[in-house]
Amino acid sequence: MTDTRNAELISGFRPQMLKFARLQLQDDSGAEDAVQEAIEAALGGIDRFAGRSALKTWIFTILRHKIIDALRERGRTVQISSLERDESELDEAFDALFKENAHWSPQSRPKAWGDPEEALQQRQFWHVFETCLEILPARTARVFMMREFLGFETDEICTTLALTTSNCNVILHRARAGLRQCLNQGWFAGEAQSC
Amino acid sequence: MLSCKHATHLMSEALDRPLSGRERFNLRVHLLFCRGCRAFRGQMDFLRKASRSFIHWRDAGDQ
Ligand SMILES: [Zn+2]
Repeated sequence: MTDTRNAELISGFRPQMLKFARLQLQDDSGAEDAVQEAIEAALGGIDRFAGRSALKTWIFTILRHKIIDALRERGRTVQISSLERDESELDEAFDALFKENAHWSPQSRPKAWGDPEEALQQRQFWHVFETCLEILPARTARVFMMREFLGFETDEICTTLALTTSNCNVILHRARAGLRQCLNQGWFAGEAQSC
Repeated sequence: MLSCKHATHLMSEALDRPLSGRERFNLRVHLLFCRGCRAFRGQMDFLRKASRSFIHWRDAGDQ
């Protein structure tokens, strides 16, 4: 009985799982495989889970491991050269916010966002958020999502993608600064310049 | 004194690892005097919160 119900719940997570797997693996069939394997593994041990959110946490944990396996199998053939241009463009946009002495230039000094909590309740905000993620350079977005969505520790990310720690830190900073700037323009720009 | 740009790196890294005592001290002093960096820090916290809510939002959107 519960088996069918759980299977239904799990297939409800499928689109979301696929989306994450695709973003991580950059390859549709690899993503399908990882999701399929995760679902099968999840169905195997299902009776222990009562609540929907427990089930979801669990299945994403499985998926995360499948993704790590797939990334490792691939021999870390992450293609980097074509991404470097986008990354340096993003860095230039960030550098442009500062004066010579590396302090904020007056016109681009960050101003507190009015009511960010309220933004989280608005559907339209999430569309902007998604768009901001999509326009990040691929590697930058991937590292960010591994950290913030899949909950990897930074050293796991470095190992999996064969990056140095300082490289990882730079990429995460780039992602956060890029998202901040994008959200600032795309969502919070209309705000009054208080103070 | 810490530059703002350097401060933004520390604020990002603080989300990934514990800062050293010295880094924490330098950052705290900087934030005391720099409103722009205080706003930046609030926005970093917000980004983390939004990212964690993102999964749940996607979930609701799929229903
Ligand atoms: Zn500052």
